[in-house]
Formats: sequence, structure tokens, C-alpha cells
Amino acid sequence: MILASLLLLLLLLLEAPALAAISAPEGFLALDTPNDAGKSLSLVWKASPADRAGRSVQVWMAESPDAPFKKVAEFPSNTRYVKPGDFPWWAQPVSKGDHYVKLASSQAFPIEDGKPYFVKLLVREGDQEVWSEVAEATAAPNMFNTAQANNLVFVVAFTGILLASIAAARRNPHVHLRRIAGLDAVEEAIGRSTEMGRPILYLTGSGGMDEVSTIAATVILGEVAKKVAHYDTGLKVPHRDPIVMAVCQEIVKESYIAAGRPDAYKEDSNFFITSDQFSYTAAVDGIMLREKPAANFFMGSYFAESLLLTETGASTGAIQIAGTDSDHQLPFFVTTCDYTLIGEELYAASAYLSREPVLVGTLRGQDIGKAFIMSVLVLGTALATVGVVADTGIFNYVLDLFKDFK
Amino acid sequence: MIFLKRQLPLAITFVMGVAFAFQYYIPHPISEEAITSVSKWMQIISGFALALGLVSVFHVHWVKVKRQVPGWGYSLVLFVATVVTAFVGFRSGGETTVDGVKTGLGWLYDNMMVPLQGTMFSVLAFFIASAAYRAFRARSSEAGVLLISAVVVMMGRVPLGQFLLPWSWDIAQWLLNVINSAVRRAILIGVSMGSVALSVKIILGIERAYLGGGRDQ
Repeated sequence: MILASLLLLLLLLLEAPALAAISAPEGFLALDTPNDAGKSLSLVWKASPADRAGRSVQVWMAESPDAPFKKVAEFPSNTRYVKPGDFPWWAQPVSKGDHYVKLASSQAFPIEDGKPYFVKLLVREGDQEVWSEVAEATAAPNMFNTAQANNLVFVVAFTGILLASIAAARRNPHVHLRRIAGLDAVEEAIGRSTEMGRPILYLTGSGGMDEVSTIAATVILGEVAKKVAHYDTGLKVPHRDPIVMAVCQEIVKESYIAAGRPDAYKEDSNFFITSDQFSYTAAVDGIMLREKPAANFFMGSYFAESLLLTETGASTGAIQIAGTDSDHQLPFFVTTCDYTLIGEELYAASAYLSREPVLVGTLRGQDIGKAFIMSVLVLGTALATVGVVADTGIFNYVLDLFKDFK
Repeated sequence: MIFLKRQLPLAITFVMGVAFAFQYYIPHPISEEAITSVSKWMQIISGFALALGLVSVFHVHWVKVKRQVPGWGYSLVLFVATVVTAFVGFRSGGETTVDGVKTGLGWLYDNMMVPLQGTMFSVLAFFIASAAYRAFRARSSEAGVLLISAVVVMMGRVPLGQFLLPWSWDIAQWLLNVINSAVRRAILIGVSMGSVALSVKIILGIERAYLGGGRDQ
């Protein structure tokens, strides 16, 4: 028993790193934080096998090498490593596995751009301590985030594919479009309203003109308004946003002119209710119950009001067509509406309804983009799995290309 | 006139669209200041647009009162409520509380707006029940799958369900984390591609229907 205890003690003594081995951090450097808005510095140094929780690292800073240094941070020496996914391989300030600390400007120690700062590290364990060399760095804002270079390349490439698809569609305008039942039903809904002598209710959602889904909703409104003008049906477009209302007034007016029925246009077909969510919902529900529109269109982005609107519309017996990119509201629309344009179908509606080759061409461009994404998903899953099984980081060079870095 | 209605908006859209697309890649404070400035412009424009909205509201309801269409009394209520709220709001200096004491505007907000909004929101519970009843009528095989999934997820999310069917939590989590997430991500990828495509079309002036009129003008 005593022998075993002695052996264990000996083993522990051999295992424990000698306190005397404490040494200054290797490869310590201070640098301007890459890809940032300035007012911050970064510190890098090599990882050491001696790094452990009981050993701490303190960061000391000063405005000149002779000025008194001030402690700005302290942490265990076995923390603050660069991990896979922190930086892309083409923009990493230090090798993966080494130490990286970002020092942002703070009240305790403000960092100004264009001014040199002096930094040193203090490594402590028990009553032993050792200082690093003093490193100098100057903070500066950057004009381009190189970590997002992959993102920019893909955006430019996708734009190129879209333009090429448009050019191809101009040469060959006979592009096949899959059937979208919800858009085919637009004509049916307007015809039904005409037969019943009831108006059509069209909502553009809760977003402003800065949302793509609202723009898509206004574009579809233009196509719907042309058909409404042709059939001489009533149109009601209540709004939550005065700017969207002003845009829609112009769109509807021009649609009536394009349909050759400027006389049928009514200035008050577009009207503002309120920007308050539930007040607007109550008002639109009231319109549905009092005027009983024969067709309700819900296009754009929606929140909790979606079900309150569509369920009321369903209770009046109206034919309902929805189109939204608000994925959380899709189940409500699918449940309560006759037809639902899911996600990107909302954006494709303009091309589908107008059948203009230029717009239809962009749909092919989107399909190429989706095929690319699907290929990347399969390739990325395979490479990441093989990387984990083989315990290698070699595939990170490929995987980083498709990651979103900030 | 065509320049003001068509070419100038398209030029502004192109310049601002390209500038703010690149803004995403520029971490420099100038980039941040630019987007802050544009946000302020948006607020100013929204302020003017609100006046436009008010004119629209008053016009619609004034016509209803003048023609005494059915329910014109509600339009009168709107005018009275607007005038009273504006008057109380000005007297309260636009504040709901002053030194911890509720102002007239605060009283109106807490005792009129909040209960009314709460009432509308609470109606949602009944609408969810009626919508669920309609969706879960197993008239087709797809609706049957939906019904079974919904029952399992519901059982897995409530304590009584987990007590009665202990396996329901695991299956519910699997349905939500695997099936539901996969479909949501597929939709979101499509939405993102469509959103970028529409943005590119708008920036390059290919899609211009939102300006009103035909695309060929």
C-alpha cells in the first residue's frame, strides 16, 4: 500500500509540469485587428504545451514604452485559442490552435485610431511570473472585410448567372415555367368577384418598401389591377404603411391606364388605415365582414395578424390567395387559404403573370443558383464527415469557402 | 416629366442599391455613418408620409360620414378619438409618465389601447383552434400524416402527453429538428435566392413595375 502510494506520488510529480519551466510567450505580436471598424488591437502568440488553468496571462498596455503600463485583461493560459470557424484560412491572423486576443476600446483603456500602443504579457503561476517582450501596434479601420471575400465572389457570380440567363431568355423566349396553382387562380378569383359583383381585397403585408417581399407584393398588385380594370371589378387595398400606399396608388393608376380603363380608376381604392398591427387587423377584418369581398389576396410579409386575417376571410366564403416569405406564418396561410405562394414563388409571381422573357430568364438563373447550393450542401456534408472520421482539418480549406464569416 | 418619373428613380435605385450592397463588405466607420444617415432620411420621409396617411384616413371616413353610408357612426368615433387623443397627447407633452405619474396620454394608452390590442391578440387562440380543426380533418393521406404528426408533437410538448406517452417527446423533437428544420431551411434557401434575384433585378432596372406602369416605358 505504501509502495503504491509512493509510486502514485512519483507519477504525479513526473506528470505535473515543473513550475520552474515557466517561460515568456513565444511569437508574441500585437497587430491592428483585421477587418474591423478600428479602435481595437489584436494580440497573437504561440500555444504552449505548458498552458493550463492554474497559469494565468495578464495583458498590460501603455501609450508609450516609458509610460506606466495598465492591466487590461487577465485569463487562464489555456484559453483564447483560434478555433476552426473563427477566421477563414485566407484571412486568419494566426495559425489555428495558437492564442488570439482582441482588445477593444473601453472606458478603462480607450484605443484611438492612428495612435501607437505598447502591449506586453505577464505569465503568472503561483509566485512565479515572467514578462514578454513589449510589442507595438496601431489601430486603424479597414475598407474591406477580407473574411467576406467569398460572399462577394458568390454575389458577383450569381449576378453574372442572372444576367446570362436573361440574355439567353432574350434569344430564346420560350422558357418552360412550372405551373403555380396560386397564380393560375388569380384570373379565377377576379372572375368570381366580377360575377358576384363584390370587390377584391388586396393586402401588401406589414412591411415597408425596404422589404423585398413588399416590393414583390406591389409588383403582383400591378398585374392584378390590370385584370381588375379589364373586368371592371372593385379593388380595395388597405395599407399599414403610407409610403407603400403612395407607391401602390401609382401602380394601380398606371395599371388602369395600361388596361385602357383610366376612367374606372378610383383614387380611394388604396387607403391608409393605421400602422398599428392589431388596429389594422381589426379594421381589415371589419371590411371583410361588412363588404364580403369575393377574393382576398394576402401578399408580402406577415406576423401574428396572418391567421386573424385569413380565418376571418375564410369565414366569409371568399376565395383566398396568399403569398409570403414569412416562413413562420406559412402554416396558417396553407391551412386557411385556397392557394399559397410559398417563399420564392412570391418573387416569381411577377415573371409568371407577365410572362416577359427578361423576367422569366431570371427564374432560370435562380434555379442554377439553387442547383449550386444543393451541390455545395452534398459536397460540404461529405467533406465535413470525412474530416471528422479521419481527424483532419485539410477539408477546412474547401469548407471555409462556403461559410459566412463576419 | 419621363425623366422625373422613370429615369431619375431608376438612377437613384441603381446608385443606392450598389452602394448599400457594398456597404455590407466595408467595416470602416464611414460605411456605418452612411447607413445611419440613410436611416435618418427614412425617418424624415416616414414623417412626411404619415401626413399622407392621415389625409387618406380622414378622406375615406369623411366621405362615409358625408354620405351616411351604413356604419358611418364608427367613422365619427374615429374622428372624435383622433381629436381627443391628439389633444390629450399635446397636453401630456407626448409623455405617458412624468416623474412616475401617469399622464392623460398614459391613461388613454393603458386603458384603451392595451386592452383593445390584447383583445385582438387573444382572439388568435380561438382562430388557431378553428384553423386546426379544419386542417386536421383527415380527408386525404397528406392530411392524415399532418394529423398524426401534430398529435405526436402536441403530446410531446405538454407534461400530460409526456406522462401518457413517454416516447412522444423524442419523436416530437425528431420531427421538429429533422423534418421541420429541413423543410424550413429549404424554403429559406429559396427565399434567399429569390430575394437576391429580385434585388438584382430592381437595382439593374430590369424589374421596374414597382414604379407604376408597364415595364417597357
